[in-house]
Amino acid sequence: MSEKIIGSSRVKRGMAQMQKGGVIMDVVNAEQARIAEAAGAVAVMALERVPSDIRKAGGVARMANPTIVEEVMNAVSIPVMAKARIGHISEARILEAMGVDYIDESEVLTPADEEYHLLKSEYVVPFVCGCRDLGEALRRIGEGASMLRTKGEPGTGNIVEAVRHMRKVNSQINVLTTKSNDELMTFARDIGAPYELVKEVKELGALPVVNFAAGGVATPADAALMMSLGADGVFVGSGIFKSESPEKFARAIVQATTNFENYELLAKLSKDLGEPMKGIEISHLQSQERMQDRGL
Amino acid sequence: MTKFVGVLDLQGAVAEHLIALRNLGVKAVSVKTAEDFDGLDGLIIPGGESTAIGRLIREQGLEEVLRIFYQEGKAIFGTCAGLILCSSDKSHTTEDLRLGFIEMEVERNGFGRQVASFETYLDFLGIDRQVEAVFIRAPYIESVGPNVKVLATVDQKIVAAEQENVLVTAHHPELTEDYAVLTYFLEKIV
Repeated sequence: MSEKIIGSSRVKRGMAQMQKGGVIMDVVNAEQARIAEAAGAVAVMALERVPSDIRKAGGVARMANPTIVEEVMNAVSIPVMAKARIGHISEARILEAMGVDYIDESEVLTPADEEYHLLKSEYVVPFVCGCRDLGEALRRIGEGASMLRTKGEPGTGNIVEAVRHMRKVNSQINVLTTKSNDELMTFARDIGAPYELVKEVKELGALPVVNFAAGGVATPADAALMMSLGADGVFVGSGIFKSESPEKFARAIVQATTNFENYELLAKLSKDLGEPMKGIEISHLQSQERMQDRGL
Repeated sequence: MTKFVGVLDLQGAVAEHLIALRNLGVKAVSVKTAEDFDGLDGLIIPGGESTAIGRLIREQGLEEVLRIFYQEGKAIFGTCAGLILCSSDKSHTTEDLRLGFIEMEVERNGFGRQVASFETYLDFLGIDRQVEAVFIRAPYIESVGPNVKVLATVDQKIVAAEQENVLVTAHHPELTEDYAVLTYFLEKIV
């Protein structure tokens, strides 16, 4: 055998490829992590509060206490992700040192840097970042993100923003594939994306990394919708543990994600679940309450 | 005759296997239900999360179909999570599915967490050059039964093996364009 190479982009992006078709669930303690794992989650996101509680609590939202992250890592055998504030180099390095499997450089937390994101290519641990359009997606990949997700509007239980962001990225990719090569630099300028990545997306006809849905998934039908729109998988934040029966919601959302086009099964999965999390109408949010506008 | 191979499509790196198979001139389909097994010469259980795939196999009612497919002597290839599911490992809880298609005990995440995931070139018995191999939170094979042939090791840990119609690897051939191991599998289909 030759030498082992760690932290290559193939190893970091590959980890996200193994999560495809799966559901990643937000958890705040070991008990929730075990429920998520038993329900068939492909990973858990260890947090101090789920996004809807972050909204309620207000103030500054930071990286979770390492005690919680460690507790979750010890409780399950599936990968554990954790969130760092946008641009917070030290939080990210702390999570990496703890051996977290993936870091979400997340707008759900209060940004530490309003100008710059992390240079994620410098880390061995892979990163996932949110995006609302192709320019944002390619800027994050340019910085070294190995996985993307829609931003949606976290903690609202309202799918409309995640739908908007997934459709936007995919329709921009469709437009890009029809461009001739001499139009690509202007296209790159207009969307604010690195030229080399614009060229790559045109050649691939797709993003070079996995793109999940996130920010507002509350029901099995929401998860299925996002898969129909081309998501590679689903993050569920508050939707599981803020519902009436987390076990049932967790299992139903996992099955719905795999069987997103089997509508008879989806009908069955959606029965007798109890109440989903309470939703928020996006237009009722004040502009400073919109998490998706953080870190562009 | 064109070989006809299915990729179990419940969760994980399904598209990558389908692309690789099609590049090799194989007729490849994704397999979600019992009916999808009709006429297959071989099946790949892809990489993903073994707990999630195992649970979905049961919920989709595919455990019995898989066992019949195995008993008929059809070729089966498990990569990473697929390796774990094909094993006869007894160290797991009864919640986690183990199909017992190949007699071996497995250490899940045996090489550590994601920050220890790696790529390398691997000596592989039966392939006359080193193969590109990507290991993601990979398991290794702790011990094998008398009828299991060991095909590759990393740091003295077994990472690939076969027993009759079943091939397993801890790495992900589908993440590279090196199709040597996939070709080795396809040769199992006569």
